[in-house]
Amino acid sequence: MDLIKAKELIFEYVRRDKNGEVDGFKRAIDGISLSIKQGDFIAVLGANGSGKSTLAKHLNSLLHPTEGVVFVDGNDTADADKVWDIRKAVGMVFQNPENQMIGTIVEEDVAFAPENLGIESDRIKERVKESLDIVEMYEYRRSTPSKLSGGQKQRIAIAGVLAMHPKCIVLDEPTAMLDPEGRRDVIRAIRALNDVENITIILITHNMEEAIYANRIYVMDSGRIVMQGTPREVFSHVEELEQYRLSVPQVTRLAYDLRNAGLDIPPGILTRKELCEALCRS
Amino acid sequence: MSIIVNHLDHVFSPGTVFEKKALSDVSFKVENGEYIGLVGHTGSGKSTLVAHLNALLEPTGGGIYYDGVDIFSEGYDRKALRGKVGLVFQYPEHQLFEEDVFSDVCFGPKNLGLDRSEVELRAYDALKAVGVKDEHFYVSPFDISGGEKRRVAIAGVLAMKPEVLILDEPCAGLDPKGREEILSLVDDLHDNLGISVILVSHSMDDLAEHVHRILVIDGGKLVMDGEPREVFRHRPELDAMGLTVPEATAIMSDLKRMGLAVRDDLITVEEAKREILRVFGR
Repeated sequence: MDLIKAKELIFEYVRRDKNGEVDGFKRAIDGISLSIKQGDFIAVLGANGSGKSTLAKHLNSLLHPTEGVVFVDGNDTADADKVWDIRKAVGMVFQNPENQMIGTIVEEDVAFAPENLGIESDRIKERVKESLDIVEMYEYRRSTPSKLSGGQKQRIAIAGVLAMHPKCIVLDEPTAMLDPEGRRDVIRAIRALNDVENITIILITHNMEEAIYANRIYVMDSGRIVMQGTPREVFSHVEELEQYRLSVPQVTRLAYDLRNAGLDIPPGILTRKELCEALCRS
Repeated sequence: MSIIVNHLDHVFSPGTVFEKKALSDVSFKVENGEYIGLVGHTGSGKSTLVAHLNALLEPTGGGIYYDGVDIFSEGYDRKALRGKVGLVFQYPEHQLFEEDVFSDVCFGPKNLGLDRSEVELRAYDALKAVGVKDEHFYVSPFDISGGEKRRVAIAGVLAMKPEVLILDEPCAGLDPKGREEILSLVDDLHDNLGISVILVSHSMDDLAEHVHRILVIDGGKLVMDGEPREVFRHRPELDAMGLTVPEATAIMSDLKRMGLAVRDDLITVEEAKREILRVFGR
Protein backbone atom coordinates (compact mmCIF):
# COMPACT_ATOMS: atom_id res chain seq x y z
CA MET A 1 0.00 0.00 0.00
CA ASP A 2 1.16 3.53 -0.72
CA LEU A 3 1.93 5.66 2.31
CA ILE A 4 0.83 8.83 0.51
CA LYS A 5 -1.41 8.99 -2.47
CA ALA A 6 -2.77 12.09 -4.20
CA LYS A 7 -5.30 11.90 -7.00
CA GLU A 8 -5.99 14.85 -9.27
CA LEU A 9 -5.33 17.26 -6.43
CA ILE A 10 -6.38 20.85 -7.04
CA PHE A 11 -6.05 23.65 -4.54
CA GLU A 12 -7.27 27.22 -4.95
CA TYR A 13 -6.57 30.13 -2.65
CA VAL A 14 -9.29 32.70 -2.24
CA ARG A 15 -7.91 36.16 -2.87
CA ARG A 16 -9.49 39.01 -0.96
CA ASP A 17 -9.27 42.76 -1.46
CA LYS A 18 -8.60 45.33 1.28
CA ASN A 19 -12.19 45.14 2.55
CA GLY A 20 -12.08 41.37 2.84
CA GLU A 21 -14.32 40.85 -0.17
CA VAL A 22 -13.57 37.89 -2.42
CA ASP A 23 -11.46 39.22 -5.26
CA GLY A 24 -10.78 36.02 -7.17
CA PHE A 25 -9.09 32.65 -6.94
CA LYS A 26 -5.54 31.55 -7.45
CA ARG A 27 -4.87 27.96 -8.38
CA ALA A 28 -1.76 26.91 -6.47
CA ILE A 29 -2.02 23.19 -7.20
CA ASP A 30 -3.34 22.23 -10.57
CA GLY A 31 -4.02 18.53 -10.90
CA ILE A 32 -1.34 16.55 -9.10
CA SER A 33 -1.40 12.78 -8.82
CA LEU A 34 1.38 10.95 -7.07
CA SER A 35 2.05 7.95 -4.89
CA ILE A 36 4.82 7.63 -2.35
CA LYS A 37 5.83 4.39 -0.66
CA GLN A 38 7.14 3.76 2.84
CA GLY A 39 10.91 4.29 2.81
CA ASP A 40 10.99 6.52 -0.26
CA PHE A 41 13.27 9.55 -0.30
CA ILE A 42 11.59 12.16 -2.47
CA ALA A 43 13.04 15.54 -3.39
CA VAL A 44 10.64 18.23 -4.61
CA LEU A 45 12.19 20.99 -6.73
CA GLY A 46 10.54 24.02 -8.25
CA ALA A 47 10.76 27.80 -8.53
CA ASN A 48 9.47 30.11 -5.80
CA GLY A 49 5.70 30.12 -6.11
CA SER A 50 5.50 26.83 -8.01
CA GLY A 51 3.31 25.22 -5.34
CA LYS A 52 5.83 23.08 -3.42
CA SER A 53 4.92 24.31 0.04
CA THR A 54 1.22 24.21 -0.72
CA LEU A 55 1.60 20.59 -1.75
CA ALA A 56 3.56 19.85 1.43
CA LYS A 57 0.79 21.29 3.59
CA HIS A 58 -1.66 18.86 2.05
CA LEU A 59 0.38 15.93 3.26
CA ASN A 60 -0.41 16.42 6.92
CA SER A 61 -3.82 17.93 6.64
CA LEU A 62 -2.82 21.56 7.18
CA LEU A 63 -4.60 22.29 3.91
CA HIS A 64 -7.42 20.36 2.29
CA PRO A 65 -7.97 19.82 -1.43
CA THR A 66 -10.35 22.07 -3.33
CA GLU A 67 -10.80 19.12 -5.67
CA GLY A 68 -9.32 15.65 -5.74
CA VAL A 69 -8.15 13.60 -2.75
CA VAL A 70 -5.07 12.97 -0.67
CA PHE A 71 -4.68 9.77 1.32
CA VAL A 72 -2.09 9.39 4.05
CA ASP A 73 -1.58 5.93 5.48
CA GLY A 74 -5.02 4.97 4.17
CA ASN A 75 -6.78 8.01 5.69
CA ASP A 76 -8.43 10.76 3.67
CA THR A 77 -6.83 14.07 4.75
CA ALA A 78 -10.17 15.84 4.40
CA ASP A 79 -11.69 13.55 7.05
CA ALA A 80 -11.75 15.69 10.21
CA ASP A 81 -11.75 12.60 12.47
CA LYS A 82 -8.42 11.42 11.05
CA VAL A 83 -6.47 14.66 11.38
CA TRP A 84 -4.52 13.56 14.44
CA ASP A 85 -3.69 10.13 12.99
CA ILE A 86 -2.44 11.86 9.86
CA ARG A 87 -0.32 14.40 11.76
CA LYS A 88 1.16 11.58 13.81
CA ALA A 89 2.11 9.75 10.64
CA VAL A 90 3.55 12.77 8.80
CA GLY A 91 5.70 15.29 10.67
CA MET A 92 6.80 18.60 9.24
CA VAL A 93 10.00 20.59 9.56
CA PHE A 94 10.09 24.16 8.29
CA GLN A 95 12.75 26.54 7.02
CA ASN A 96 13.28 28.43 10.26
CA PRO A 97 13.76 26.04 13.20
CA GLU A 98 13.08 28.83 15.68
CA ASN A 99 9.47 28.90 14.55
CA GLN A 100 8.91 25.43 15.93
CA MET A 101 10.87 25.52 19.19
CA ILE A 102 8.90 25.75 22.39
CA GLY A 103 11.03 24.26 25.17
CA THR A 104 13.57 26.23 27.15
CA ILE A 105 15.96 23.31 27.13
CA VAL A 106 16.53 20.85 24.31
CA GLU A 107 15.11 17.73 25.93
CA GLU A 108 11.92 19.52 26.95
CA ASP A 109 11.50 20.72 23.43
CA VAL A 110 11.90 17.25 21.97
CA ALA A 111 9.51 15.81 24.59
CA PHE A 112 6.73 18.22 23.62
CA ALA A 113 5.10 16.05 20.97
CA PRO A 114 5.13 12.71 22.84
CA GLU A 115 3.82 14.49 25.96
CA ASN A 116 0.90 15.71 23.90
CA LEU A 117 0.31 12.23 22.61
CA GLY A 118 -0.22 11.19 26.25
CA ILE A 119 2.71 8.80 26.40
CA GLU A 120 3.94 7.77 29.86
CA SER A 121 7.03 9.56 31.12
CA ASP A 122 9.52 6.65 31.05
CA ARG A 123 8.68 6.02 27.42
CA ILE A 124 9.01 9.73 26.68
CA LYS A 125 12.54 9.72 28.06
CA GLU A 126 13.44 6.81 25.81
CA ARG A 127 11.96 8.53 22.79
CA VAL A 128 13.78 11.77 23.54
CA LYS A 129 17.07 9.93 23.89
CA GLU A 130 16.68 7.89 20.74
CA SER A 131 15.53 10.93 18.72
CA LEU A 132 18.45 13.04 19.87
CA ASP A 133 20.84 10.15 19.22
CA ILE A 134 19.70 9.82 15.62
CA VAL A 135 20.41 13.49 14.88
CA GLU A 136 23.63 13.33 16.95
CA MET A 137 22.49 15.96 19.44
CA TYR A 138 22.13 13.93 22.67
CA GLU A 139 25.10 15.64 24.30
CA TYR A 140 23.23 18.94 23.93
CA ARG A 141 20.10 17.69 25.73
CA ARG A 142 20.54 20.18 28.59
CA SER A 143 21.38 23.15 26.36
CA THR A 144 19.19 26.15 25.67
CA PRO A 145 18.01 25.99 22.04
CA SER A 146 18.73 29.70 21.50
CA LYS A 147 22.43 29.12 22.24
CA LEU A 148 22.79 26.54 19.46
CA SER A 149 23.85 27.13 15.86
CA GLY A 150 21.30 27.09 13.04
CA GLY A 151 22.20 23.55 11.98
CA GLN A 152 21.96 22.29 15.54
CA LYS A 153 18.58 23.99 16.02
CA GLN A 154 17.30 22.42 12.85
CA ARG A 155 18.43 18.99 14.04
CA ILE A 156 16.57 19.59 17.31
CA ALA A 157 13.46 20.45 15.29
CA ILE A 158 13.88 17.17 13.40
CA ALA A 159 14.33 15.27 16.68
CA GLY A 160 11.12 16.89 17.96
CA VAL A 161 9.26 15.45 15.00
CA LEU A 162 11.03 12.10 15.29
CA ALA A 163 9.88 11.70 18.88
CA MET A 164 6.34 11.28 17.52
CA HIS A 165 7.55 8.17 15.65
CA PRO A 166 6.23 9.40 12.30
CA LYS A 167 6.24 7.26 9.19
CA CYS A 168 7.14 10.23 7.06
CA ILE A 169 8.83 13.58 7.54
CA VAL A 170 8.24 16.49 5.18
CA LEU A 171 11.04 19.06 5.27
CA ASP A 172 10.34 22.41 3.63
CA GLU A 173 13.71 23.99 2.76
CA PRO A 174 15.31 22.89 6.03
CA THR A 175 18.78 24.12 5.06
CA ALA A 176 17.97 27.48 3.46
CA MET A 177 19.19 29.47 6.46
CA LEU A 178 22.20 27.32 7.37
CA ASP A 179 25.94 27.58 6.76
CA PRO A 180 27.74 24.80 4.84
CA GLU A 181 28.52 22.81 7.97
CA GLY A 182 24.94 23.12 9.22
CA ARG A 183 23.65 22.01 5.85
CA ARG A 184 25.94 19.02 5.78
CA ASP A 185 24.92 17.88 9.26
CA VAL A 186 21.20 18.28 8.59
CA ILE A 187 21.41 16.41 5.29
CA ARG A 188 23.43 13.66 6.96
CA ALA A 189 20.75 13.34 9.65
CA ILE A 190 17.99 13.19 7.04
CA ARG A 191 19.78 10.47 5.10
CA ALA A 192 20.26 8.45 8.27
CA LEU A 193 16.54 8.64 9.05
CA ASN A 194 15.83 7.24 5.65
CA ASP A 195 18.60 4.61 5.45
CA VAL A 196 18.57 3.37 9.02
CA GLU A 197 15.05 4.04 10.28
CA ASN A 198 13.31 3.58 6.92
CA ILE A 199 11.37 6.81 7.45
CA THR A 200 9.89 8.26 4.30
CA ILE A 201 11.48 11.61 3.48
CA ILE A 202 9.99 14.38 1.40
CA LEU A 203 12.60 17.10 1.00
CA ILE A 204 11.68 20.42 -0.57
CA THR A 205 14.80 22.29 -1.55
CA HIS A 206 16.33 24.92 -3.82
CA ASN A 207 19.72 23.34 -3.40
CA MET A 208 20.25 20.95 -6.29
CA GLU A 209 23.21 19.26 -4.58
CA GLU A 210 20.90 18.06 -1.81
CA ALA A 211 18.49 16.44 -4.22
CA ILE A 212 20.98 13.86 -5.48
CA TYR A 213 20.40 11.65 -2.42
CA ALA A 214 16.73 11.16 -3.27
CA ASN A 215 15.53 8.05 -5.03
CA ARG A 216 12.98 10.14 -6.89
CA ILE A 217 12.71 13.82 -7.80
CA TYR A 218 9.51 15.66 -8.61
CA VAL A 219 9.90 18.98 -10.42
CA MET A 220 7.01 21.40 -10.01
CA ASP A 221 6.00 24.36 -12.14
CA SER A 222 2.80 26.40 -11.87
CA GLY A 223 1.16 23.89 -9.55
CA ARG A 224 1.89 20.87 -11.72
CA ILE A 225 4.46 18.10 -11.65
CA VAL A 226 6.33 18.65 -14.89
CA MET A 227 9.27 16.24 -14.55
CA GLN A 228 9.93 13.20 -12.42
CA GLY A 229 12.49 10.46 -12.21
CA THR A 230 15.71 9.47 -10.48
CA PRO A 231 18.20 12.29 -9.87
CA ARG A 232 20.30 10.96 -12.74
CA GLU A 233 17.34 11.08 -15.11
CA VAL A 234 16.09 14.50 -14.04
CA PHE A 235 19.52 16.16 -13.93
CA SER A 236 20.31 14.94 -17.46
CA HIS A 237 17.82 17.53 -18.71
CA VAL A 238 19.89 20.62 -18.01
CA GLU A 239 18.09 22.96 -20.39
CA GLU A 240 14.60 21.84 -19.46
CA LEU A 241 15.36 22.48 -15.78
CA GLU A 242 16.57 25.97 -16.60
CA GLN A 243 13.19 26.71 -18.17
CA TYR A 244 11.66 26.03 -14.77
CA ARG A 245 14.09 28.48 -13.08
CA LEU A 246 16.12 25.58 -11.70
CA SER A 247 19.66 24.42 -12.28
CA VAL A 248 21.73 21.26 -11.83
CA PRO A 249 24.55 20.57 -9.36
CA GLN A 250 27.77 22.34 -10.41
CA VAL A 251 29.54 19.06 -11.12
CA THR A 252 26.62 17.93 -13.30
CA ARG A 253 26.84 21.20 -15.20
CA LEU A 254 30.56 20.80 -15.79
CA ALA A 255 30.14 17.20 -16.93
CA TYR A 256 27.35 18.26 -19.27
CA ASP A 257 29.51 21.00 -20.84
CA LEU A 258 32.46 18.63 -21.24
CA ARG A 259 30.25 16.01 -22.84
CA ASN A 260 28.88 18.59 -25.25
CA ALA A 261 32.46 19.56 -26.12
CA GLY A 262 33.03 15.96 -27.22
CA LEU A 263 34.59 14.26 -24.19
CA ASP A 264 33.53 10.67 -23.51
CA ILE A 265 31.49 11.20 -20.33
CA PRO A 266 28.18 9.52 -19.54
CA PRO A 267 25.09 11.76 -19.09
CA GLY A 268 23.70 12.60 -15.66
CA ILE A 269 26.91 12.72 -13.61
CA LEU A 270 25.97 13.56 -10.00
CA THR A 271 29.15 13.52 -7.92
CA ARG A 272 32.76 14.66 -8.14
CA LYS A 273 33.86 11.07 -7.82
CA GLU A 274 31.82 10.01 -10.87
CA LEU A 275 33.21 12.86 -12.95
CA CYS A 276 36.82 12.24 -11.91
CA GLU A 277 36.53 8.52 -12.65
CA ALA A 278 34.94 9.17 -16.03
CA LEU A 279 37.73 11.62 -16.92
CA CYS A 280 40.49 9.29 -15.76
CA ARG A 281 39.06 6.50 -17.94
CA SER A 282 38.84 8.60 -21.09
CA MET B 1 34.83 56.60 0.06
CA SER B 2 37.06 54.47 2.23
CA ILE B 3 36.53 52.49 5.39
CA ILE B 4 39.37 51.64 7.73
CA VAL B 5 38.66 49.01 10.37
CA ASN B 6 41.40 49.39 12.92
CA HIS B 7 42.11 46.70 15.55
CA LEU B 8 38.42 46.26 16.21
CA ASP B 9 37.42 44.33 19.35
CA HIS B 10 33.98 43.51 20.59
CA VAL B 11 33.20 41.75 23.83
CA PHE B 12 29.58 40.98 24.70
CA SER B 13 28.53 41.26 28.36
CA PRO B 14 32.03 42.09 29.63
CA GLY B 15 32.74 41.30 33.26
CA THR B 16 29.88 38.79 33.57
CA VAL B 17 29.77 34.99 33.32
CA PHE B 18 28.28 35.44 29.85
CA GLU B 19 31.33 37.38 28.62
CA LYS B 20 32.01 36.49 25.01
CA LYS B 21 34.69 37.85 22.76
CA ALA B 22 32.91 38.22 19.41
CA LEU B 23 35.60 40.14 17.52
CA SER B 24 39.24 40.38 18.28
CA ASP B 25 41.79 42.61 16.62
CA VAL B 26 40.10 42.84 13.23
CA SER B 27 41.81 45.23 10.80
CA PHE B 28 41.24 45.81 7.08
CA LYS B 29 40.55 48.59 4.63
CA VAL B 30 37.77 48.93 2.07
CA GLU B 31 38.60 51.14 -0.90
CA ASN B 32 36.19 52.89 -3.20
CA GLY B 33 34.47 50.57 -5.69
CA GLU B 34 35.59 47.28 -4.16
CA TYR B 35 33.50 44.10 -4.42
CA ILE B 36 34.15 42.02 -1.34
CA GLY B 37 32.84 38.69 -0.07
CA LEU B 38 32.60 38.12 3.67
CA VAL B 39 32.46 34.51 4.85
CA GLY B 40 32.52 32.61 8.11
CA HIS B 41 30.34 29.97 9.72
CA THR B 42 27.42 30.78 12.01
CA GLY B 43 28.71 32.45 15.16
CA SER B 44 32.06 33.43 13.63
CA GLY B 45 31.45 37.13 14.21
CA LYS B 46 30.45 38.23 10.68
CA SER B 47 27.18 39.83 11.72
CA THR B 48 28.82 41.53 14.69
CA LEU B 49 31.40 42.99 12.31
CA VAL B 50 28.76 44.14 9.84
CA ALA B 51 26.78 45.81 12.63
CA HIS B 52 29.86 47.90 13.48
CA LEU B 53 30.29 49.09 9.90
CA ASN B 54 27.23 51.29 10.13
CA ALA B 55 27.53 51.96 13.83
CA LEU B 56 24.70 49.75 15.06
CA LEU B 57 27.16 48.38 17.62
CA GLU B 58 29.99 50.19 19.38
CA PRO B 59 33.33 48.43 19.66
CA THR B 60 34.86 47.63 23.03
CA GLY B 61 38.28 48.32 21.50
CA GLY B 62 39.76 49.73 18.30
CA GLY B 63 37.80 51.84 15.87
CA ILE B 64 36.40 52.46 12.40
CA TYR B 65 37.19 55.42 10.18
CA TYR B 66 34.85 56.41 7.37
CA ASP B 67 36.59 58.75 4.93
CA GLY B 68 39.19 59.30 7.60
CA VAL B 69 36.76 60.25 10.38
CA ASP B 70 36.21 58.12 13.50
CA ILE B 71 32.55 57.05 13.31
CA PHE B 72 32.38 56.43 17.06
CA SER B 73 33.67 59.87 18.02
CA GLU B 74 31.35 62.22 19.85
CA GLY B 75 29.06 64.25 17.64
CA TYR B 76 29.61 62.06 14.56
CA ASP B 77 26.45 62.02 12.44
CA ARG B 78 25.56 58.32 12.61
CA LYS B 79 22.24 58.80 10.91
CA ALA B 80 24.01 60.15 7.83
CA LEU B 81 26.46 57.25 8.03
CA ARG B 82 23.59 54.77 7.91
CA GLY B 83 22.49 56.40 4.68
CA LYS B 84 25.98 56.03 3.22
CA VAL B 85 26.55 52.47 4.42
CA GLY B 86 23.41 50.66 3.33
CA LEU B 87 22.67 47.39 5.07
CA VAL B 88 20.36 44.82 3.49
CA PHE B 89 19.47 42.26 6.14
CA GLN B 90 18.64 38.62 5.55
CA TYR B 91 15.11 38.16 4.22
CA PRO B 92 14.76 41.97 3.86
CA GLU B 93 11.27 41.55 2.41
CA HIS B 94 10.04 40.79 5.94
CA GLN B 95 10.52 44.49 6.62
CA LEU B 96 8.19 45.69 3.87
CA PHE B 97 5.13 47.29 5.43
CA GLU B 98 3.65 50.12 3.37
CA GLU B 99 0.42 50.09 1.37
CA ASP B 100 2.20 50.01 -1.95
CA VAL B 101 5.67 49.36 -3.33
CA PHE B 102 6.46 52.98 -4.12
CA SER B 103 5.58 54.29 -0.63
CA ASP B 104 7.68 51.56 0.90
CA VAL B 105 10.77 52.64 -1.02
CA CYS B 106 10.06 56.29 -0.11
CA PHE B 107 10.21 55.48 3.61
CA GLY B 108 14.01 55.67 3.96
CA PRO B 109 14.71 58.90 2.06
CA LYS B 110 11.65 60.52 3.70
CA ASN B 111 13.29 59.89 7.06
CA LEU B 112 16.44 61.62 5.86
CA GLY B 113 14.27 64.77 5.82
CA LEU B 114 14.50 65.35 2.05
CA ASP B 115 11.75 67.25 0.27
CA ARG B 116 9.02 65.32 -1.40
CA SER B 117 10.14 65.63 -5.01
CA GLU B 118 13.64 64.46 -4.11
CA VAL B 119 12.20 61.53 -2.11
CA GLU B 120 10.03 60.44 -5.03
CA LEU B 121 12.79 60.87 -7.56
CA ARG B 122 15.07 58.67 -5.49
CA ALA B 123 12.39 56.02 -5.02
CA TYR B 124 11.72 56.00 -8.75
CA ASP B 125 15.43 55.70 -9.61
CA ALA B 126 15.95 52.94 -7.04
CA LEU B 127 13.00 50.88 -8.27
CA LYS B 128 14.23 51.29 -11.84
CA ALA B 129 17.77 50.28 -10.82
CA VAL B 130 16.57 46.98 -9.31
CA GLY B 131 14.32 46.26 -12.28
CA VAL B 132 10.88 46.35 -10.66
CA LYS B 133 8.23 46.58 -13.35
CA ASP B 134 6.34 49.90 -13.62
CA GLU B 135 2.99 48.19 -13.20
CA HIS B 136 4.08 46.95 -9.78
CA PHE B 137 4.89 50.41 -8.37
CA TYR B 138 1.45 50.92 -6.88
CA VAL B 139 0.48 47.38 -5.89
CA SER B 140 0.77 46.06 -2.36
CA PRO B 141 4.27 44.70 -1.63
CA PHE B 142 2.51 41.55 -0.40
CA ASP B 143 1.02 40.81 -3.80
CA ILE B 144 4.27 40.42 -5.73
CA SER B 145 6.55 37.38 -6.01
CA GLY B 146 9.26 36.53 -3.50
CA GLY B 147 12.11 37.52 -5.80
CA GLU B 148 10.45 40.83 -6.64
CA LYS B 149 9.74 41.59 -2.96
CA ARG B 150 13.43 41.22 -2.30
CA ARG B 151 14.22 43.67 -5.11
CA VAL B 152 11.83 46.18 -3.58
CA ALA B 153 13.54 45.78 -0.21
CA ILE B 154 16.94 46.37 -1.82
CA ALA B 155 15.50 49.43 -3.61
CA GLY B 156 14.49 50.76 -0.19
CA VAL B 157 18.15 50.78 0.81
CA LEU B 158 19.35 52.10 -2.56
CA ALA B 159 17.00 55.06 -2.27
CA MET B 160 19.23 56.25 0.58
CA LYS B 161 21.98 56.63 -2.08
CA PRO B 162 24.53 54.51 -0.24
CA GLU B 163 28.20 54.57 -1.16
CA VAL B 164 28.66 51.11 0.30
CA LEU B 165 26.09 48.35 0.16
CA ILE B 166 26.32 45.42 2.57
CA LEU B 167 24.07 42.48 1.72
CA ASP B 168 23.60 39.63 4.20
CA GLU B 169 22.81 36.44 2.27
CA PRO B 170 20.73 38.24 -0.36
CA CYS B 171 19.90 34.99 -2.15
CA ALA B 172 18.67 32.94 0.82
CA GLY B 173 15.44 31.11 0.03
CA LEU B 174 15.37 31.99 -3.67
CA ASP B 175 15.21 29.47 -6.49
CA PRO B 176 18.37 29.01 -8.61
CA LYS B 177 17.24 31.44 -11.28
CA GLY B 178 16.23 33.99 -8.63
CA ARG B 179 19.70 33.70 -7.06
CA GLU B 180 21.30 34.38 -10.40
CA GLU B 181 19.04 37.39 -10.97
CA ILE B 182 19.81 38.96 -7.59
CA LEU B 183 23.55 38.41 -7.99
CA SER B 184 23.57 39.93 -11.45
CA LEU B 185 21.62 42.88 -10.01
CA VAL B 186 24.33 43.30 -7.36
CA ASP B 187 26.97 43.13 -10.12
CA ASP B 188 25.13 45.91 -11.97
CA LEU B 189 24.91 48.12 -8.88
CA HIS B 190 28.63 47.68 -8.40
CA ASP B 191 29.66 48.11 -12.04
CA ASN B 192 27.22 50.82 -13.14
CA LEU B 193 26.51 52.87 -10.02
CA GLY B 194 30.04 52.56 -8.66
CA ILE B 195 28.80 51.36 -5.26
CA SER B 196 31.25 49.38 -3.12
CA VAL B 197 29.72 46.04 -2.19
CA ILE B 198 30.24 43.69 0.72
CA LEU B 199 28.44 40.42 0.09
CA VAL B 200 27.94 38.12 3.07
CA SER B 201 27.44 34.62 1.70
CA HIS B 202 27.90 30.94 2.49
CA SER B 203 28.06 30.02 -1.18
CA MET B 204 31.67 29.79 -2.28
CA ASP B 205 30.47 29.06 -5.81
CA ASP B 206 28.66 32.40 -5.90
CA LEU B 207 31.60 34.27 -4.40
CA ALA B 208 34.02 32.71 -6.90
CA GLU B 209 31.84 33.97 -9.77
CA HIS B 210 31.27 37.49 -8.45
CA VAL B 211 33.54 39.13 -5.89
CA HIS B 212 37.13 40.36 -6.28
CA ARG B 213 38.28 39.90 -2.70
CA ILE B 214 37.27 37.62 0.16
CA LEU B 215 37.50 38.18 3.90
CA VAL B 216 37.26 35.05 6.05
CA ILE B 217 36.24 35.43 9.69
CA ASP B 218 36.73 32.60 12.16
CA GLY B 219 36.34 32.74 15.92
CA GLY B 220 36.07 36.54 15.80
CA LYS B 221 39.37 36.96 13.95
CA LEU B 222 40.05 37.95 10.38
CA VAL B 223 42.00 34.88 9.27
CA MET B 224 42.19 35.36 5.51
CA ASP B 225 42.02 38.40 3.26
CA GLY B 226 42.83 38.07 -0.41
CA GLU B 227 41.69 37.44 -3.95
CA PRO B 228 39.28 34.51 -4.28
CA ARG B 229 41.87 32.41 -6.12
CA GLU B 230 44.36 32.97 -3.33
CA VAL B 231 41.86 32.24 -0.53
CA PHE B 232 40.57 29.06 -2.18
CA ARG B 233 44.08 27.61 -2.31
CA HIS B 234 43.65 26.93 1.39
CA ARG B 235 41.18 24.07 1.23
CA PRO B 236 42.34 22.23 4.37
CA GLU B 237 42.24 25.40 6.49
CA LEU B 238 38.78 26.30 5.16
CA ASP B 239 37.57 22.75 5.85
CA ALA B 240 38.80 23.02 9.40
CA MET B 241 36.69 26.18 9.84
CA GLY B 242 33.56 24.40 8.59
CA LEU B 243 33.77 26.20 5.26
CA THR B 244 34.23 24.86 1.77
CA VAL B 245 35.88 25.72 -1.53
CA PRO B 246 33.94 26.15 -4.79
CA GLU B 247 32.88 22.87 -6.38
CA ALA B 248 35.13 23.60 -9.39
CA THR B 249 38.16 23.97 -7.12
CA ALA B 250 37.34 20.69 -5.36
CA ILE B 251 36.95 18.89 -8.69
CA MET B 252 40.30 20.13 -9.99
CA SER B 253 42.18 19.19 -6.87
CA ASP B 254 40.56 15.72 -6.87
CA LEU B 255 41.57 15.27 -10.51
CA LYS B 256 45.12 16.29 -9.74
CA ARG B 257 45.25 13.82 -6.86
CA MET B 258 44.07 11.09 -9.22
CA GLY B 259 47.06 11.80 -11.43
CA LEU B 260 45.69 14.10 -14.11
CA ALA B 261 48.08 16.95 -14.93
CA VAL B 262 45.62 19.80 -14.37
CA ARG B 263 45.92 23.17 -12.65
CA ASP B 264 44.22 23.11 -9.29
CA ASP B 265 43.94 26.85 -8.67
CA LEU B 266 40.75 27.30 -10.68
CA ILE B 267 37.56 28.53 -9.08
CA THR B 268 34.70 28.63 -11.57
CA VAL B 269 33.00 25.94 -13.67
CA GLU B 270 33.96 27.84 -16.82
CA GLU B 271 37.66 27.86 -15.88
CA ALA B 272 37.54 24.18 -14.95
CA LYS B 273 35.91 23.35 -18.25
CA ARG B 274 38.58 25.17 -20.28
CA GLU B 275 41.41 23.55 -18.33
CA ILE B 276 40.02 20.01 -18.68
CA LEU B 277 39.46 20.52 -22.40
CA ARG B 278 43.01 21.84 -22.75
CA VAL B 279 44.44 18.76 -21.02
CA PHE B 280 42.40 16.52 -23.27
CA GLY B 281 43.63 18.44 -26.33
CA ARG B 282 40.24 19.86 -27.34
